[in-house]
Amino acid sequence: MNNDHRNQWVPLIGAWLVVLVPAIWGIAQVIKKSAALFR
Amino acid sequence: MTTALPFLDRSHSVAPLDYNRWRVPPAALAIHLSIGQAYAFSVFNLPLSRLLGGTAPAVGDWSVSRIGWVFSTAIVALGLSAALFGRWLERVGPRRAMVTAACCFAGGFFVGAIGIATHQFWLLLLGYGALGGVGLGIGYISPVSTLLKWFPDRPGMATGLAIMGFGGGAMIASPLSVALMTRFRSAASPGVAETFVTLGVLYLAMMLFGAFTVRVPAHDWMPTRAARVAGARPHAPVSSMNARDAIRTPQFWMLWVMLCVNVTAGIGVLGQASAMIQETFPGRIGVEAAAGFVGLLSLANLSGRFFWSSLSDRIGRGTTYMLFFSLGALLYASIPFAGHRASVPLFVGALVVLLTMYGGGFATIPAYLRDVFGTAEVGAIHGRLLTAWSVAGIVGPVLVNYVREYRIANGAPKSEAYGVTMYVMAGLLVIGLAATMRLRSLPAAIVQHGARA
Repeated sequence: MNNDHRNQWVPLIGAWLVVLVPAIWGIAQVIKKSAALFR
Repeated sequence: MTTALPFLDRSHSVAPLDYNRWRVPPAALAIHLSIGQAYAFSVFNLPLSRLLGGTAPAVGDWSVSRIGWVFSTAIVALGLSAALFGRWLERVGPRRAMVTAACCFAGGFFVGAIGIATHQFWLLLLGYGALGGVGLGIGYISPVSTLLKWFPDRPGMATGLAIMGFGGGAMIASPLSVALMTRFRSAASPGVAETFVTLGVLYLAMMLFGAFTVRVPAHDWMPTRAARVAGARPHAPVSSMNARDAIRTPQFWMLWVMLCVNVTAGIGVLGQASAMIQETFPGRIGVEAAAGFVGLLSLANLSGRFFWSSLSDRIGRGTTYMLFFSLGALLYASIPFAGHRASVPLFVGALVVLLTMYGGGFATIPAYLRDVFGTAEVGAIHGRLLTAWSVAGIVGPVLVNYVREYRIANGAPKSEAYGVTMYVMAGLLVIGLAATMRLRSLPAAIVQHGARA
């Protein structure tokens, strides 16, 4: 089977968390700053 | 041929056939989120200009305009190194290229830190500007080329995801750098050198994570979905052209012009956004609201990278660029009208949409290259195309600044100083539209110039 993804969930989720956590933190900082435009 | 550190070779990063391809984008994002720091370099401008004076610039301190050369050098080195090392990347594979990029980018921070600590400008320029810039160039093209090979059925979405990381990198780096400088600041030092060393260590770790988790697909690997739709996709190339032949085609230069005008128009506005909104609406928009506007444009730039490139998989690359240039020209031309009408929502709305298309232009171009030239040397071709970014990085800000200064020197009020610039930007996008239409009317590059495996 070409795309048998069993046993790959832990490294898959782990890798995404490594990049998404800092990215979401950075985006949250910008959204906080952007709110000043609408005050 | 024997090479140093053979575990970095392409052969060691080939994935098994059952490998889940969604494990590859985080490796690409780790690289792009790191090198995207470059667009947050301006947070160091003021602290670097007060290294000797402390709270205010002193005699012997570097001027802000001189510090600006560090960023410009990095962007020029990005374009040149992407062009020079593209074919090498295709030969050695993404892992060795990403490790090289990590060493250059982090090394740039370390050499730069020495330059800051000893107050030697040339070391900062050589370190962060030249060495770091080489890391930017190699780091930018490595994951893009790899993702195109993993996602032949959704190339726009895949490259959009990685290049979105480049936009997001500055969002992480800016607050992080400010927090680190606050942490390291003392009576004797503003904490910039220490911040550079810390960022160098963090980015080295993040980029090495990307390098050691990246995989290339096996030669006979095919995603199930792509196999199902193979033949039904009008954009899927049947074979590939090498980089040397590709740059001799008119198709390459049409794409070069399209990228160059799209970036010129966006980058000039992005660099002046804060001053522009404050001067267009004096008394209504203050410094804080202007900073919020800049943040909103960064978010538009980021989201546009993913949205437009993903959409291009459905509506076609040519249609997407036609939309960028036709709608973009109309929106640029509407901005002076928004200024006359004193309409903040129209002004903000137009620029937000424009910045989504600026990001979208960056993110969709690798997939367009893949459609026209195939995947075999798409990293190398993409690298050569990025020289358009280097040119635009200089032309865009110069155009906005000089036209504004010329208008003010000729008696125009500051609130109307940007009107002509916006018409110039609209004109540039019309040139982009003409290039897109010309590209669409040309025969396929691969068919015209002969197929190469």
